Amino acid sequence: MNRYSRHIALSEIGQAGQNKLLNAKVLVIGAGGLGCPILQYLAAAGVGNIGIVDFDTIELSNLQRQVLFGSASIGLNKAEAAKTRLQDLNNTISITAYPKKLTHQNSLSLFKNYDIIVDGTDNFETRYLINDAAIITNKPVVFGAIYKFEGQVSVFNYKAGPSYRCLFSDQQEKEQSGHCEDVGVLGVLPGIIGSMQANEVLKMILEIGNILSGKLLIYNALNFQTSVIKINKSEEEINKILNEKHAFETKTMSFSCNSETTQISIEEALKKENIQFVDVREPSELPKIEHITITSIPLNDLENNLEQLETNKVLILFCQSGKRSKQAVSILKQLKINNCFSIKETSSEIKKHLENINYER
Amino acid sequence: MTINVKYFGLIAEITACEKETILFTKSNVSEFLELLYKKYPNLENKDFQVAQNQELVTQDALITGNELALLPPFAGG
Repeated sequence: MNRYSRHIALSEIGQAGQNKLLNAKVLVIGAGGLGCPILQYLAAAGVGNIGIVDFDTIELSNLQRQVLFGSASIGLNKAEAAKTRLQDLNNTISITAYPKKLTHQNSLSLFKNYDIIVDGTDNFETRYLINDAAIITNKPVVFGAIYKFEGQVSVFNYKAGPSYRCLFSDQQEKEQSGHCEDVGVLGVLPGIIGSMQANEVLKMILEIGNILSGKLLIYNALNFQTSVIKINKSEEEINKILNEKHAFETKTMSFSCNSETTQISIEEALKKENIQFVDVREPSELPKIEHITITSIPLNDLENNLEQLETNKVLILFCQSGKRSKQAVSILKQLKINNCFSIKETSSEIKKHLENINYER
Repeated sequence: MTINVKYFGLIAEITACEKETILFTKSNVSEFLELLYKKYPNLENKDFQVAQNQELVTQDALITGNELALLPPFAGG
């Protein structure tokens, strides 16, 4: 019996197609909700060289959807535990675990060893990093992302097609949903979306069917609605990355999902002693916060006005939505100013809270 | 004209519906969004893209079709 007889029986695949799978090199980033089904089907299909990047360890709450792991895997590194499971599933293929974070420093050399990159990560910073590194190394990316009951799938940078930035340019000023937070997710949803990603990978290797390039597929698990949206290539977005490629490896990520808590509520902030409130909005922005003493330093001027910060105090930063103050905290942390927090609430909510409790300082 | 608008992810949570019909008398996407922000002020600081008749469009695009969709990026995996 041949392990792949059901593949070989398909005229679209045959032994020639199976050999293509055996010779393919696929790098999967993230061995979580999306990564598990992706890896499971790629390994079972006989993709000959699979790389797995994940720095994270397995927790009990992962088992609801991360189907490669069991109770005995809790506490183990995800890339290594996935490799162990997959090697049992298929011992005829080569699997490499990279139990580390993907960074600007390691991504280019890593991507060069693979034909296809698969994005199964859970945060925007890494998604943009994957996109940019793939543009520089000229590799296609099979993208998948989920939110509660909905999922998105696309193939970027495929045969000079559009990239993730052509779809969503990095809008740091706007609030982005589901970012690293513990948002709920229906366990089977990453199974569906991850399987769609595995399907795109296999079709690309086998050169059959149509590839989901230049299109974003959105799936809703609650009402089985599927929408396909056409994406156009933005040369401007792609050239921005290519023009800065010489500096790519010197960049750092401003944010990490596993960083200690830097976001707090206004209530928690007021409980702290010896605090300095810093408003990082532009001076013209409303509402003004009264009742408390505030130092105003707009985010764009922060690095030029560090002397205004009383670093012997706990710095409490806020802005209009909580997004800029979060960025400001990352900037300060990079400058080794660590005793700082960003308020989660919007400025109007902060104002209301202070009024409600009749706060005076 | 009447426009059928579809919402996804967090956007649909803010509008509390996945689709609706909106009466619109001006001409381009950014004017349409202004109208929408009046109805849903919480949309204004959210990150999303707009598609018209299943194709991504920029804010200055003229409204020619009768279907718009607001697509936020998803981070989860």
